[in-house]
Amino acid sequence: MKILIPIKQVPESSNVKMDPETGTVIRSGLESVVNPLDLYALETAIRLKESCGAELTAISMGPPQAMKVLKEAVAMGCDHGVLISDRKFGGADTWATSYTLSQAIRKLGDFDLIIAGERATDGDTAQVGPAIAAWLDVPVATYVSKISEVKDSRIYLERLVEEGYQMLSMPFPCLITVVKEIAVPRLPTLKGKIRSRDMEIPVFTSENMDLNPDFLGLKGSPTKVVRINTPKVTRSGKIVQAGDDESLNAAADEFVVFLEEKGIL
Amino acid sequence: MNEVWTLAEQHNGQLKAVSFELLSRGRALADKLKVPLVSVLIGDGVDESRLRELIERGADKVYAVQDPKLSHFVCETYAKVLGRLIDEHKPSILLAAATSSGRTLMPYTAVKAHAGLTADCTELDIEEGTGNLLQTRPAIGGNIMATIKTPDHRPQMATVRPKSSRPLARDASRTGTITKIPLDETLLDQRVQVTGYRKDAEDFVNLEEADIVIAGGRGLKKAENFGMIRKLADTLGGAVGATREAVDRGWMGYPHQIGLSGKTISPKLYVGIGISGAIQHLAGIKTSELIVSINSDPDAALHKLADFGIVGDAFQVVPAIQKRLDQRKREDQ
Ligand SMILES: Cc1cc2nc3c(=O)[nH]c(=O)nc-3n(C[C@H](O)[C@H](O)[C@H](O)COP(=O)(O)OP(=O)(O)OC[C@H]3O[C@@H](n4cnc5c(N)ncnc54)[C@H](O)[C@@H]3O)c2cc1C
Ligand SMILES: Cc1cc2nc3c(=O)[nH]c(=O)nc-3n(C[C@H](O)[C@H](O)[C@H](O)COP(=O)(O)OP(=O)(O)OC[C@H]3O[C@@H](n4cnc5c(N)ncnc54)[C@H](O)[C@@H]3O)c2cc1C
Repeated sequence: MKILIPIKQVPESSNVKMDPETGTVIRSGLESVVNPLDLYALETAIRLKESCGAELTAISMGPPQAMKVLKEAVAMGCDHGVLISDRKFGGADTWATSYTLSQAIRKLGDFDLIIAGERATDGDTAQVGPAIAAWLDVPVATYVSKISEVKDSRIYLERLVEEGYQMLSMPFPCLITVVKEIAVPRLPTLKGKIRSRDMEIPVFTSENMDLNPDFLGLKGSPTKVVRINTPKVTRSGKIVQAGDDESLNAAADEFVVFLEEKGIL
Repeated sequence: MNEVWTLAEQHNGQLKAVSFELLSRGRALADKLKVPLVSVLIGDGVDESRLRELIERGADKVYAVQDPKLSHFVCETYAKVLGRLIDEHKPSILLAAATSSGRTLMPYTAVKAHAGLTADCTELDIEEGTGNLLQTRPAIGGNIMATIKTPDHRPQMATVRPKSSRPLARDASRTGTITKIPLDETLLDQRVQVTGYRKDAEDFVNLEEADIVIAGGRGLKKAENFGMIRKLADTLGGAVGATREAVDRGWMGYPHQIGLSGKTISPKLYVGIGISGAIQHLAGIKTSELIVSINSDPDAALHKLADFGIVGDAFQVVPAIQKRLDQRKREDQ
């Protein structure tokens, strides 16, 4: 079985600090990491490799530094990595990003399964996974929380949806996006790290891919960002103390009044 | 100028509330553009009176493609049905809810239609002069708001965050047309087979559609203590949420997790109890209308974001609040 895992490089978020003066995120000095939600996709792929046998290729579109996240994927247990990188790809929206990724996938040849993250923590659209499926004309299941079985070239799944878990099956080749519930990601191993250090990762560019030049980067993107604002994050809220009995009762009363004033009660 | 469309959603023949929220968004846009507003329904079993409600809540027209073979959401089939309608009518704007199906169907359809798609919008407007749709959405964990437009491609597509707008009141005097379009069976995609639904717990909630969410964190110390959170949520008619810390400890199931690696919510009221307010949790609650924090640490980050904060021990504060709400209920009866 051949599995492809598209992963995105994003700014590290767990050490993000807020600027108390302006209420904005301090972004300088942030490290780039594998999109945290893509770790679940990588783990799912590695488990399928362990249970059914599979060849795993992580692919990432981004600047040359994105090589680092591919090495990390290999250190976790992927067999190969492919970097898709070219200045012409810069500024792509999800339509153009998914086009370029799908052309890279075509270049790689036949595959059985693509496993993407639910969404990336920066752009945060959750659109790239289903969009790749549309370009490749393969069926898609999003929000997959469990793989129940792989049998006779079909995959049996559960999706976490508003009504509970939807159970479905679909044939290979297909694409799934996974949620955190599916598995706990493993850490890279020492052996994996050594292997990834010496590994040659091929780079796909506009030169060696079959691409429609009108579909690339900022120019090929139907959506345009016109402005970016920083919303005020602190709400000049009211803070009350509930220490002793008296202040506790007063706080509970005030809370009820608050709910009444706001039309909740 | 062509029609404005909103996608209605159904489950088991019932229209979902987001269908009406979208109509109130669509109504404002259609009025500015002076074009008809259409509610498009793909599904099964929604009867005439329920279809009428789409008109009473803002639509000028309803296009309904209903068939037992469409009762479950299957992306490829729905995309083909929707794509056919788009080709025939060429709407200028297409809005869907940012739900599990909307967030799957819309990107799939946008690729096929060569259209731009903006995700998870919380504000929509029409640009003066050009008539282009201005789509505003939170990104980077809700820390920025980006305004996006799609100048050269049609339809202009957007998903809209559930609960970020209120439905219009039902107006029985509104008139409109309902067009029932039979399913062309050649559009059915047989590859995906839906076999059913499973619910883990009695209290399986759709957090994204709840008006009130009472959430608990590590400060609650153990699973049993979520009992008082459940009780408070029941009393207020809300749903229970949790932080990743609480979910990873097995105190609540993953469907309850709010934040970066869980759900994003926009309820009228969010109450966070024993929750520090880590940036990854805040990412999921920033567009809530009202935020309340109950935490013993006066410096907790959630207090800083709150409209109302109580500095105190949750094990005292929550029962005290519960007592008052129970009392209030008894007095009302
Ligand atoms: C503030 C802001 C708002 C934006 N809003 C929109 C918008 O509304 N509509 C729009 O079309 N574009 C938008 N974009 C552009 C969009 O973020 C980029 O196209 C981005 O490269 C991919 O989208 P994402 O981060 O949302 O990924 P998602 O779609 O959230 O990612 C889902 C999955 O797709 C895969 N994936 C995503 N990107 C890559 C990649 N480069 N390489 C390999 N795998 C990948 C990963 O598996 C990932 O888990 C916005 C960008 C910014 C900065
Ligand atoms: C990539 C990534 C993704 C993540 N995704 C998510 C996500 O989706 N959702 C999420 O929630 N987190 C997420 N996190 C984790 C996040 O960083 C925090 O660790 C988490 O939100 C903290 O949960 P908490 O507030 O319950 O616990 P803590 O931070 O430990 O806070 C507990 C709070 O309880 C208070 N407390 C203690 N005792 C009492 C008492 N008796 N009465 C009242 N208050 C009391 C304490 O003062 C403290 O403020 C993510 C992290 C990373 C790195």
